[in-house]
Amino acid sequence: MSTSEIDRQWTTRLRRRTLGKLPPEKMLPDTQPSYVASWIYVFGVATLSALFVVIGTGCILAIFGPQWWHISSIGHFVNSLHLWSVEIFFFCMVIHLWGKYFMAAWRGGRAMTWITGMVLFLASIVTALTGYVSQTNFDSQWISTQAKDAINSSGGGAFFNLLNPGQMLMWHIVLLPLILVLLVAIHVLLVRAKGVVPPFEENAGADHV
Amino acid sequence: MGPYLWAALLPLNNPDHYFKWHFIEISAANAIVIVLMVLTFVAALLLPFPGRRRRKDQQ
Amino acid sequence: MSKTKFRPDVDAPVWKGGYSPYDIIKEGAIAVIVIALLTALLAVVFGSPDIPAITIKSWSNAAPLDFATTALSELNGTSLTASYGAPYNVQPASASQALGPLKLEYWVGVHIPINTANDFVVDPLRALPNQPVLDQNLTKWTNASTSTKANWVNHYTKAAATMKFANGKVTVNTTKAGPLPVMINDLTQMARSGALDQALITGDTFYSTDYTQSLLFISDGSYLGDVATKQHLQGDQWGVMNETGSYPGSAWLWLYTFWYQIPPFNASGNGDILVLAVMVLLTVALALMPFIPGLRSIPRRSRVYRLIWREHYRGLKPPS
Repeated sequence: MSTSEIDRQWTTRLRRRTLGKLPPEKMLPDTQPSYVASWIYVFGVATLSALFVVIGTGCILAIFGPQWWHISSIGHFVNSLHLWSVEIFFFCMVIHLWGKYFMAAWRGGRAMTWITGMVLFLASIVTALTGYVSQTNFDSQWISTQAKDAINSSGGGAFFNLLNPGQMLMWHIVLLPLILVLLVAIHVLLVRAKGVVPPFEENAGADHV
Repeated sequence: MGPYLWAALLPLNNPDHYFKWHFIEISAANAIVIVLMVLTFVAALLLPFPGRRRRKDQQ
Repeated sequence: MSKTKFRPDVDAPVWKGGYSPYDIIKEGAIAVIVIALLTALLAVVFGSPDIPAITIKSWSNAAPLDFATTALSELNGTSLTASYGAPYNVQPASASQALGPLKLEYWVGVHIPINTANDFVVDPLRALPNQPVLDQNLTKWTNASTSTKANWVNHYTKAAATMKFANGKVTVNTTKAGPLPVMINDLTQMARSGALDQALITGDTFYSTDYTQSLLFISDGSYLGDVATKQHLQGDQWGVMNETGSYPGSAWLWLYTFWYQIPPFNASGNGDILVLAVMVLLTVALALMPFIPGLRSIPRRSRVYRLIWREHYRGLKPPS
């Protein structure tokens, strides 16, 4: 087998491209620039951690089914964990957004990191909506019958039926988590690949990326 | 509600207090969350981050 | 070789400074533990709300006249669902929301067909076994012409103000409404027994997970909304942000629900699509912030960054 044939293989090209952008030292670094020294930086990893807890508690709820938390006190506790981890998730995400805005963290070719973050914010809101209507209680009834008007007004209600708990639950536990996890992976890998955005230069004429 | 063996210590099932100002109406719970967010953000900006000496040594 | 002009709000300087040790796995592990503990603390202290769902049975027993009035509106086509338009039923384009010339709701059309008179009233009643008087009245209804039906409905509607619920029966002061008094009364009894809850499950299947019809019927009445009002969940109470009880809700939806409180959104029949359009625009603008001059300069001009990177800037100062 000739070298040029191996070079042309999809596997070889993908591996080289991936490792070129994300070598192990960037994937799992052991140093970071010394300007990364503020409590504002913890809110990204805090949001990610909250997402782990959301998914973990969601998995426990999935083990026993959507009615479990109404009839079991342990189930109700797990539901409480799920609710509060979602509150913490949004709490940390918004502070993370504020911090990244004031750092203008899109600078230096990092626009896609910013954009994937915004799409994640939106996807999280839709995931929360499908979660609320999957509670199978009064809150679900109210939220679904009200929010349907907004979704219907765009024409989307013909396909995305908030009044169908079966459909909404499957979006909530299958489709949207997959989308979220994929977007989070891209978002985090972009940060690893490009590095944390450097501070604004306070003097003119600096080299740029 | 189902049988509770493990009820919350301070369940928040009673109606909330609402602050109303012109057309703005916000629950006490949401107001607390928003105030906490702003305070946390400001604290994150102002509080010193540990390890300053270590970073100075690396420069 | 010419140097491209450095744009401070778009480009980033090359970092030529120092690096400090960083344990990313340890940081991640600590973050997960801290967040998990905080979650557990909040769950143990505050729990979570769970107001049980309203059933048609609980609704019709708690408020039988509200149920009977709603049943009439489903039969005479005046309920919210009956007159909704797409995606539930065919109505003139004016029934659907429009964004200027864009009639998205109307153009997408009916995909969840619902005929409230048949689906919510006639068909469920037909399913009841051994009801000779009801069956006679249903046959009378089914065989009547459209004008005769309209005449009966009009008479019943005019007399609806005299509607009473006494000794478990719904009665109305009219003799010209044909089979309607029996139909409305029997539907109320069916509702109060719990049989209507199952009958409305879409598709008449055993394993349906689609509650579209039941939810639409319940929301056409006043009862669901009354419970929501007590919990501050109505649109004009900023309800989108709120949770039942005193729990925090979705504070992050503050801007979405804000528009519903002010003109022109709060008085417009197209309020939902207008608010959606505004929020789509704002969200796209925020997402494309890196490309919007002026807005992308605010971080640099506001100098909040000086707090974040104060140690770095202090380190740059020449020693005095």
